[in-house]
Amino acid sequence: MKILVCISSVPDTTSKINFTADKSAFDKNGIQWVINPLDEFALTKAIKLQESQGATVTVINVGDTATEPVIRKALAIGANDGVRVNLDPKDSYSTAKEIAAVAQNGGYDLILCGKESIDYNGGSVPGMVAQLLNQPFVNASVGLDVNGNEATAVREIEGGKETISVKLPAVIAGQKGLVDEKDLIIPNMRGIMSARTKPLQVVEPTSSEVKVQGVSYDSVPPRAAVKLVAADNLDELVRLLHEEAKVI
Amino acid sequence: MAVFVYAENINGVYKKAAFEAVSYAKAVADQAGDTVTAITVNPTDSSDLLYKYGASNVINIKDEGLKNFSAKAYAQAVSEVANGNVIVFPHTTDASSIAPMLAIMNGSSLITNVLEAPESLSPFQVKRKAFSGKGFMHAKSEGAAVILTVSQNAFGVKENTVSGSEEVKNLSVANEDTKVISHEQSSGKLDLKEAEIVVSAGRGLKGPENWGMIEELANVLGAATACSKPVSDIGWRPHNEHVGQTGKAISPNLYIAVGISGAIQHLAGVNSSKTIVVINSDAEAPFFKSADYGVVGDAFQIIPALTEKIKALKG
Ligand SMILES: Cc1cc2nc3c(=O)[nH]c(=O)nc-3n(C[C@H](O)[C@H](O)[C@H](O)COP(=O)(O)OP(=O)(O)OC[C@H]3O[C@@H](n4cnc5c(N)ncnc54)[C@H](O)[C@@H]3O)c2cc1C
Repeated sequence: MKILVCISSVPDTTSKINFTADKSAFDKNGIQWVINPLDEFALTKAIKLQESQGATVTVINVGDTATEPVIRKALAIGANDGVRVNLDPKDSYSTAKEIAAVAQNGGYDLILCGKESIDYNGGSVPGMVAQLLNQPFVNASVGLDVNGNEATAVREIEGGKETISVKLPAVIAGQKGLVDEKDLIIPNMRGIMSARTKPLQVVEPTSSEVKVQGVSYDSVPPRAAVKLVAADNLDELVRLLHEEAKVI
Repeated sequence: MAVFVYAENINGVYKKAAFEAVSYAKAVADQAGDTVTAITVNPTDSSDLLYKYGASNVINIKDEGLKNFSAKAYAQAVSEVANGNVIVFPHTTDASSIAPMLAIMNGSSLITNVLEAPESLSPFQVKRKAFSGKGFMHAKSEGAAVILTVSQNAFGVKENTVSGSEEVKNLSVANEDTKVISHEQSSGKLDLKEAEIVVSAGRGLKGPENWGMIEELANVLGAATACSKPVSDIGWRPHNEHVGQTGKAISPNLYIAVGISGAIQHLAGVNSSKTIVVINSDAEAPFFKSADYGVVGDAFQIIPALTEKIKALKG
């Protein structure tokens, strides 16, 4: 079985988000980059299938040379090889198109993604890749088993869960629950050493068409100072919520 | 500029998010001087409910094949009946699975997590959530046709009754790639993303056996319950209650955080709540900096007392 895992390189979750002075772009100064946390669940699931079913795991990232450290980290976690499409992606569509172009001839049985990336929160790439490849798509997946050319996926629905069987090849977008938090793999020294020699192929993009542009960005306005209420005066809290905020 | 909207129902019953999406579509249509057509799949609810928020035409897709959800089959169905320039979806799990597939089928632009009515129609430009609620992006579509998903609880539900008419379409979309094996829905529980009030608790509660008082407060308020990430990691609460950057992003009218420190990753998912109340024994907890109201004190004393006082208020 061949698995392709899509990973995106995002600002570390503790990052303060700032924009350039003219507000036209995200300010990358001083940012640490990590594998998108939701993609880590997908990657770990793929490594588990590699261990249990002898699958080969390829990671793909659409990005410029600055994203190579996260690809190397994915290789250190256990992926067999990596592909970087040499394009600083400007929207979900251009990202999805490049992933689909690589996947088209790769003969992958399964494409795993995180359900959204925590930077631009598009949540669009997995579904777009599925449609570009004309494959079934399961989103918000919190469980997955593969049996021959069929997968059983559990997806989160509002207020519950649904178990579905899916014909492979398919695209599955995962989130926390796809594997347990405690099973996420932290690369060890051997992994890090072997990642240096694993193949990382760089391919040129097929086009530069974009459909959506970020024209400007704003920060979130700060809240007014907190009003503290004494613990023995909860009547006051109830009054404030009822009369001032009018939320109860 | 015809405006279409996907009115999501769950087991035939319209979701609040559907009414919000219709309200949003109506605002776009008013801006464009056009009308709203709502598309819905196998509803049992009356179309009157959609006229009430401004849909003057309802396309009611009847299709046995769509009894079970499949993103692809649903996208196919919507694509067969929607031929407008703008198609609005709520940003629910199902709708945000359909929208990207539809965008590829139709060659449309897709803008997700939309917060406000468009800033401009031509070119289409709109404000959306980005960086997990730590920033906003003004996104512009390069093409004429655009698909939007509207962030839940952002635009709000706005009544705007119009006289409407319904058209039933019998489709039979192929739905062969995926098959639903089982479907579990916990009944009676409020949907976290739709809830107007959310009571949330963190590691400060010490153990799962102490959640009774959180549920009771939530019951009295008609609220949904949520939790911080470590709480669901340890298994005190189910994963689907975890809110934050890597969990659910929510924007209720009132968010009550009990025994939660207010780490940046937690805040990312909840800071678009309209009013935030923080209850924490540590006066230095970072969450107080992002709260509207705060009580420094022991949750084990405050929560039961607060519950009684709210009960009294509600009479
Ligand atoms: C990649 C990544 C992603 C993450 N994503 C998320 C996310 O999506 N959501 C999320 O929540 N976290 C997330 N986190 C974790 C986050 O950094 C914090 O660890 C977490 O939010 C802390 O949870 P907590 O406040 O419940 O626990 P703690 O940090 O342990 O805080 C408990 C609080 O309870 C208070 N307390 C203790 N006893 C009482 C009492 N009797 N009464 C009142 N208060 C009391 C304490 O003063 C303290 O402030 C993420 C972390 C990483 C690394």
